[in-house]
Amino acid sequence: MEDWRRTPLVFWVTSLPPTLWLVVFFLIPLALVWVMSFGELDGLIDIKITGTLANYARALDPLYLEVFGKSLVFAGFTTVISLLVGFPVALAIVFASPRWRPILLLLVILPFWTNLLIRTYALIAVLRVRGFANFSLEWLWDQGNTVLALMGLGSYQLLGDRFEPLELLYNNTAVVIGLVYVHMPFMILPLYAALERLDRSLIEAALDLGASQFRAFLTVVVPLALPGIISGGILVFIPALGSFLTPDLLGGTDSQMIANVIERQFKGANDWPFGAALSFLLMYLTFAALTVRALVNRRAERRGGA
Amino acid sequence: MNLAALFRHREPIGPLEYTRRTWMRLTLLATFVFLYAPIVTLVAFSFNDSRRNIVWRGFSLKYYEKALANDGLIEAFVNSLTIAFVQTIIATILGALTALLLWRFRFPFRGGYEGAMALPIVIPEICMGVAMLAFFSRVGWPTDLPWPLNLSAITIAHVSFSFPFVAVVVRARLEGFNREFSEAAQDLGASEWQVFRDVMVPFMRPGLVAGALLAFTLSLDDFVITFFTSGPDTVTFPVKVYSMVRFSVTPEVNAASTVLIALTVVLTVLALWLQSRAKLKPEEVAG
Repeated sequence: MEDWRRTPLVFWVTSLPPTLWLVVFFLIPLALVWVMSFGELDGLIDIKITGTLANYARALDPLYLEVFGKSLVFAGFTTVISLLVGFPVALAIVFASPRWRPILLLLVILPFWTNLLIRTYALIAVLRVRGFANFSLEWLWDQGNTVLALMGLGSYQLLGDRFEPLELLYNNTAVVIGLVYVHMPFMILPLYAALERLDRSLIEAALDLGASQFRAFLTVVVPLALPGIISGGILVFIPALGSFLTPDLLGGTDSQMIANVIERQFKGANDWPFGAALSFLLMYLTFAALTVRALVNRRAERRGGA
Repeated sequence: MNLAALFRHREPIGPLEYTRRTWMRLTLLATFVFLYAPIVTLVAFSFNDSRRNIVWRGFSLKYYEKALANDGLIEAFVNSLTIAFVQTIIATILGALTALLLWRFRFPFRGGYEGAMALPIVIPEICMGVAMLAFFSRVGWPTDLPWPLNLSAITIAHVSFSFPFVAVVVRARLEGFNREFSEAAQDLGASEWQVFRDVMVPFMRPGLVAGALLAFTLSLDDFVITFFTSGPDTVTFPVKVYSMVRFSVTPEVNAASTVLIALTVVLTVLALWLQSRAKLKPEEVAG
């Protein structure tokens, strides 16, 4: 790397266009929202910057605290479920034969490149009352009844007298299913990267020394995969926390997340200062999550170096 | 390969052959069913000859014809492609410059600069969306320009979130560059411009192509940020689909979505293929 003073002209030609773009079309808009969060409505559309903290105080209202809490719980559940499902999947890909590994990886990546809106829309057709999930369940119910009838138990109606479709859409469960569906690849890929680097002879050593598969997994594989777990966790948690589309399309009236409330302030309620304050609170939560990852990484590095 | 072969074991399973264990394969299978079943049904039912979208009534292309005849949908599709093309060019140039800058120079507040460049990648989309809305309404960005200039606000917003991604991809490529090449060229009398044109750009090319494809897909994909920067006359494909979905679930949306899915899959496979080629034979690509 060279000092910028050696070739100042080249330095300015390289640095000015991206820097100007970032400042004018990203940092200034963000600063504008930040300033706006200390303002209040003056009439219907005008905003007066008064340095008030009223917008932040209003965000502490139990109504909005509940929305924040709900968003954190949704994002937390999404992260844990993605981890529990994603870990065996990543492990299976790492230990797959070399011929299958790239194919399996591609299969994980592909949905992630498909339009988010389209994937969410596709879930609606699966989850709604007359959707494919319920059709599959109804089919299973029919099969179960057939089997029972063959066993001579048909008249007892052990499975209920008729199939009741499950309400899978427009509730909190649907939102979590949707969030897991959308963010799963973010978890599998870092886990794969961490597990691929893992020295297999360490697992073999643990097994040779008499550890059970389960114990070798808990005491060798999981600690060594920790950086991948943290990365994947953050990569799922952050976008899940700020999700707008999934709760908007799959959720019911009581499953709104922060992003939905922010959107309403800007599009419907027209209370921009309050929406601005909520946006910045969401951003601070994001930064807090990133700081946790940086701290954990630094600790892991120090331990690895010692 | 049929399902039975997948679970039949010819040789005993070794202690580390986790992928050959039945429960692992079932997990893998279940996950892929979960990931793909919705998309596959969406694509399949775009060919369904039934309004209700539930029961299979035979193969038909009529919803593709319907989608093609829907002017609003076509206009949105053209808008999306136009924005994606223009923003990809700008984002690739800005991203490449950022990558070169961070790869080559030591300068004051470098760490802070890198952090600021990563911001568009990490902050929630909704925050960026409202920032763009606030910005364009505050500066009074003209909205009644003739096409395609009326798409400028959306295009600018897309460049802002996609060029840091291009920078990351190009910079990863530059990590493999042997600085002695550019030094040798300079020793032999090449100017800065000649080194850039004849040494740096050919070496960066796979990274530039991969970055550009990423930027293109990100732009086609984006709903949230576009939702806040688009007006009634500047509707992109995802925004149009969103309004149609809110209204009702129709096979027409399935047909239009299938076209977009096919487009992204082709682009993704192309990008991955280019990347693997760049990794396998760096000297050939660089030469």
